[in-house]
Order: sequence, then C-alpha cells, then structure tokens
Amino acid sequence: MDERVAEAVRVLPHYLSQHVLLSACALVLGVLLGLPLAVLAVRYPRLRWPLLTVAALIQTIPGIALLALFYPLLLGLSALVAPLLGKGFPALGFLPSVLALTLYALLPILRNAVAGLSGVNPDVIEAANAVGMTPRQRLLWVEAPLAAPVVMAGIRTAAVWTIGAATLSTVVGQTSLGNYIFSGLQTENWLLVLFGCAAAAVLALVTDQLLGLVEIGATRRNGWTLAAGLAGLAVGTAAALTPLLGSPSGRYVVGAKNFSEQYILAELIAERLEREGATAQLREGLGSAVIFRALASGDIGVYVDYSGTLWTNVMGRRDAPPRAVMLRELSRYLADHDHVEVLGALGFENAYVLAMRRERAKELGVTTIADLAQHAPQLALGSDIEFLSRPEWSALRGAYALDFRSERSYSPTFMYRALAAGDVDVISAFSSDGRIAAQDLLVLADPRHAIPAYDALILVSPRRSADPVLRRALAPLIGAIPVERMREANLMVDRSTDPVVPREAARFLAALVSPEAAGAKPP
Amino acid sequence: MSAALIEIDRIAKSFDGGRSFAVREASLTVPAGTFVALVGASGSGKTTTLKVINRLIEPDRGEVRIEGMPVAKIEAPVLRRRIGYVFQGIGLFPHLRISENIGITPKLLGWPPPEIAERTREVLALVGLPETYLARFPDALSGGERQRVAVARAIAARPRIVLMDEPFGQLDPVIRDAIGSAYRALHEQLGLTTVMVTHDVQEAVLLADQIVVMAGGRVAARGTPHALMASRNDPDVSALMDMPRRQAERVRAVLSDAGNGDG
Repeated sequence: MDERVAEAVRVLPHYLSQHVLLSACALVLGVLLGLPLAVLAVRYPRLRWPLLTVAALIQTIPGIALLALFYPLLLGLSALVAPLLGKGFPALGFLPSVLALTLYALLPILRNAVAGLSGVNPDVIEAANAVGMTPRQRLLWVEAPLAAPVVMAGIRTAAVWTIGAATLSTVVGQTSLGNYIFSGLQTENWLLVLFGCAAAAVLALVTDQLLGLVEIGATRRNGWTLAAGLAGLAVGTAAALTPLLGSPSGRYVVGAKNFSEQYILAELIAERLEREGATAQLREGLGSAVIFRALASGDIGVYVDYSGTLWTNVMGRRDAPPRAVMLRELSRYLADHDHVEVLGALGFENAYVLAMRRERAKELGVTTIADLAQHAPQLALGSDIEFLSRPEWSALRGAYALDFRSERSYSPTFMYRALAAGDVDVISAFSSDGRIAAQDLLVLADPRHAIPAYDALILVSPRRSADPVLRRALAPLIGAIPVERMREANLMVDRSTDPVVPREAARFLAALVSPEAAGAKPP
Repeated sequence: MSAALIEIDRIAKSFDGGRSFAVREASLTVPAGTFVALVGASGSGKTTTLKVINRLIEPDRGEVRIEGMPVAKIEAPVLRRRIGYVFQGIGLFPHLRISENIGITPKLLGWPPPEIAERTREVLALVGLPETYLARFPDALSGGERQRVAVARAIAARPRIVLMDEPFGQLDPVIRDAIGSAYRALHEQLGLTTVMVTHDVQEAVLLADQIVVMAGGRVAARGTPHALMASRNDPDVSALMDMPRRQAERVRAVLSDAGNGDG
C-alpha cells in the first residue's frame, strides 16, 4: 500500500471518532432545540416568521465563517464567566464547532417540523380536541406521530449537512475528517483530500440510510424497521466512538498553522514528546491570529511561531530592530502580558520575502525591493491568503511606496504555480520554503529593513511552562534546525513528484536532533 | 317532558371582535332523552350553538349549563370526555387501528385495558360492523364504515349526550339514510340525548323529536316536526319546513308520470 494511504488509514479511527462525536452531538442538540421551537412556532403563529427567518439567515452564513465567529464570541464569554466559575472554558475546538453545527442543523429540522405539524389534517385535530385530549396529549399521541415522517426527513437532511459541514471544524482546531482535506490541500496531497471527502461522504450516506430506515419505520408504524434503524445508528455511533475510550485524550496539545512547515514542526514536537513517554495530540490548520490566543488561553500547550509575526501582530510594533533586541523584548512582553514562555529558537528563520523568477528579475534589472518599486505598476503580485491583510505588507508598501498593477491571493501551493506559469511576477514567499531553491527563485533584498526578523520560536502556554517533561523533550530542538535542513524537509512535503507526509519529514528532522531516531544508532 | 339536561342561556359569539355575530342571542333547553335537530341556512349560527356545548367554541356572552352546572367551570378536556361528538370531517386518527380509535375516550378516562377492549367490541357491534375490523386502519374502510366507527367512538365511553355536526353530510344518500336510521335506533336503545346540526330539513324531520330553526344568529322557531311543518307564522320558517313536502310532491309527480308513460 502507498505510504500516504497507509498514513491516512492509520489516523482514520481517530479522525472518524472525533467527526462522529461532533456530528452526533450537533444533531442531537439541533433536534432538542429545533423540535420545541417548531411546536412553539405552530402554537403561536406570530413566532413562526421570526423563527424561520432567523434559522434561514444562519444558513446563509458560510459554514467556515460561522465557525470562525464562534471563536471570539466564546473567548469573550469565557473571559466574562471566568471570575464567576473560577476558570473559563475552551474557546477553541469542540465547543465552537458543536455550537456552529447545531445552528446549522436547526433550519432543516425546524422547517420540516413546522411543515409536518401544521400539515396535520384539521379534522383530526378537531377530533383530538373533541374526544377530550389535553394539548399535550394531542401533541404526543396525534400530531407528533402524524408529523413524524416529515420531521424525520428534516432530520435526515440536517444529518447529511452536519456531517459535511463538520469537516470545516478543522479550522477552529477540532479534529475531524476535514483534517485530511485541509492538510491535503496545503501539502498538495490530492489523495489525502479525496480520502477525506470519501470518508465524509460514506459516513453521510450510511447515516442517511439508517435514518431513512427510522423514517420508514415511523411512517408505516413498523416497529421492526424502526428498531433496526435505531439499533444501526446506536451500534454505528458506538463503534465509531470506541477509539475515544481506548486512548486517553492526548495530554499535550500541539498546535499548527495551515502550511507544510507548521505540520512538520508540530509532528516533530509530538515525536519528541512521545519519545519521552507522553501522549501528544495535534491541532492543525489554525489561523495565525487564532493560534496565539489559543496558546495564551491554554487550549493548546505548545506550537512554533515566528518572532516577526508576534512582533507585529501581538505587540503591534511597526519597527524592525536587530534580531537579538527583538527576541529579548518579545520574550519579556509575552511573559508579562500573556504569561507565554518563549522556550527558544529552533535555529532557522522563516521570513516573509518577495521573490521573483531569476530570469524575469534579470530582464527587469531588479535585485532589491527598491528596484522593484519602479517596475511595480506594470507587475502583478501573488500572495498567500493572509499576507495582504498583515502589517508586514503595509510596512513594506509604506517603506518602498509599492503599487502593483494587481494583487491576488492564493493558497501557498498555487501561489508558486502562478509564479512559475507567469500569472504573477512577484510573490510573497517564505524564506525557509524549499521551493525557493527548487524553482531557482531570486529573493529580493530589503535594504530599508522594512520586514522584521522571523526566527522560529517554540512557545509554551502558561499552563505548561513549569512542565519538566515538555522541557526535557523539546530542549534538544533549540538551535538544532538550520534553514537548509528546514528547506529540505519542506520540499520533501511540497515537491510535486513523490512527496511524503509531514510525519515522514518530521522523522527526517528528528534524525538530525538525535541520530538514533533514524535507526542509525551504533550498537 | 323530563327536566332540561342542557340549557343554552342567551349566548352570543363573534369571530371578528364584535363587528358581526355568528350567534346574537340564542337560548335553548334540551330535555334528557330528546333528539334535537338544529336547522337553518349557512351562517345562521347553528354550528356555533352546537359547539359551545362541549366548549369547542367559547361564547362571548351567556352561559351553557349541563344538569345545572355551568360548563365553563369544568375543564374542557374533562367535559368533552363526557360528551360524544360526531362531525362531517369524521376525523378518525389515521395512525391508530379501529380498536384504538374507538377506545380513545375510555383510555383518556383511565379505564382498565380489558374493559376498554370489551367495550370496543360491544360498540362496534352496535354500529353494525364485524369484529374483524378492529385490527384495521381507517384508510382500509369505506366512507360509510368510517362514519359508523366515528359514531362508535362517540358512544364508547357511555356519554349521556351526543353532539353531531352535519354528521352524514359527506355520505351518499342511500348510506346516509341507513346510518341515520341506525343512529336513531341507538339513540332510543341507549337513552341518549342528541343535538344534531343539519342543513337537510328532510333528515331533521325524519330523525328528530324537536326541530330548532335558526336564522341570523337567533332561534327563529322550535317545535316538533309535525308542528313546525303545520305552522304558518313565519314565512322564512315555512319556506324551509315546506321543503320536504314539496320535494315529496315532485317525486310523486315523477313517479305517476312514469307510471302513465309505461301504461
């Protein structure tokens, strides 16, 4: 079996169990919330329009935005209740995901339940009243069973939507089958993307079929069919959830942003922790802003960030002091403000740089960003998704008065493709990216030092700063990874022919730190 | 005539906040054991007058009493379990078997299951349906059979009073006549007090002891079928009550024409 497929299958039970847990919770909550609201909407027609409209509005919010919005909301809420409860609650991962998905599941459940309940024959309602049923008896004995088929159809729709949308929860740090899709997209591992899609689709189909059995059972009042459907759901859910019981949820949560280097470094940290006998769990695909907050609030325990990013985004500084000064000030600031510890630098820098194809630069006579500024109005800039909204970009633009003909954002993989294809002339590259060497790109000099240094730093959450196991595990990494090795590791994952999974690249780096990891230990 | 079982005392009801009245001021007493038919044109207020008795409609003014007790003082579900109700829409519960449909009110009253089962078989026989029907669902029955089940459901909990709102309106004439007569027999046999709304004067004349003619939300006339058909006091009432006789005369004329043609 292909190594990448084997890797995907290895993590399937873990991803699947998280995905099923998340979807099941959201669906159950959606039903518990949606059905009573539907009863209210039918009993009090004035509520009907507002309820259905709000549910429909929620549906129009893109799933990924809904998930993202819950993070600051929960963060604020957590800060609000923290003094009352003594501690806050995690604002990342399961909670925002389950809340967003519940809201998503609400519309089909609510709409169908309202349609089902108001579609009951009025003669039957009159008969129920006339034989002396109380409103409650009428609901439970007459309206609910008669509306059941329509209500079940709504629940089926909600289930399929929820299982599909749950793949997006990867972005807020909740493990799901979406981990395949997002990491596959970043590392250009299409097999992984397909694997994730297929797994989610199969899960949705199976769930839909079992719910269909329940629906048929409810419609035909066939106890056996109903029981078979419910039993299938129960057994399937229980089976999918067993990995959760088996392994204690990882003690150390390692965070990663959404690009290859971050996946590799997170795997490397996890590997070091496991070597010390600890269990580690990855939270991958987090955004730059989210990940630091998550560390400060203790949702994740450790991750790698870059000094320049923290300098501008967290400290809000616009100057670019010398490396050593910056590192000192940054460490003090993070310790004072957020109780986050900078454990140390890995030894390489991953700066934002502007890069061009070498022959194109030669043709225009460009070697520095200052040279570039004169040609910029005729050139197109390609960037990653966040660069154009980052302070580094405004600093660069200000320092050199850059004004490009057009500016376009890509996922990193496609950005390099666009440069190679000539769709754009300049890109915002990362200095540790293996593709700079592989594609023979020219990194433009920054004579005005508009962009600060970007040393890769291991950051530790306040909760983990006194943890001896973590210190022992990660100490060997400090200063141990030169930029050439990082580029090599990145290229192993990003190259288009014969790429490897981040875990494999992490093993390559681990071997640098402790040679016995590669099995090369002398007897 | 025995004492009044149901007293409807100057009730009024508006469905549009007082702009128009379905019932303006209607009073009516129904002695125990009588079969009363409410007749009148559409919008005369006959159905509203019927439905205030078991509180399916609450009057704006006035009061309904059963055995001297104001019905407003009895919780509506409790009141309705004591009164049988049959209506044009039939309203059998489609997801329940015939046995469960018939046994619903005894169940709501908390009868023990064996007793419910026995009573269910008993009333099914009373309305002339075979016991094999008990396990069927309503959609397996014809319209007439369903209305028989509805009658069985109405009398299952041994009510003293049965209210009927155009009960046989949707049935074809032959079945309608048969079920009407069968119900009248049950009314006698079980000592029921029946109030029936119908727009069919002939049906009222053939089934009821007393006919109440309603017009414009008021009681226009009441009396035995014979008395009302003989009365000439009110031209509207006469026009309505003359209907059966005029129809009978026309039918007779058709028959005699046909007889002459044959001869």
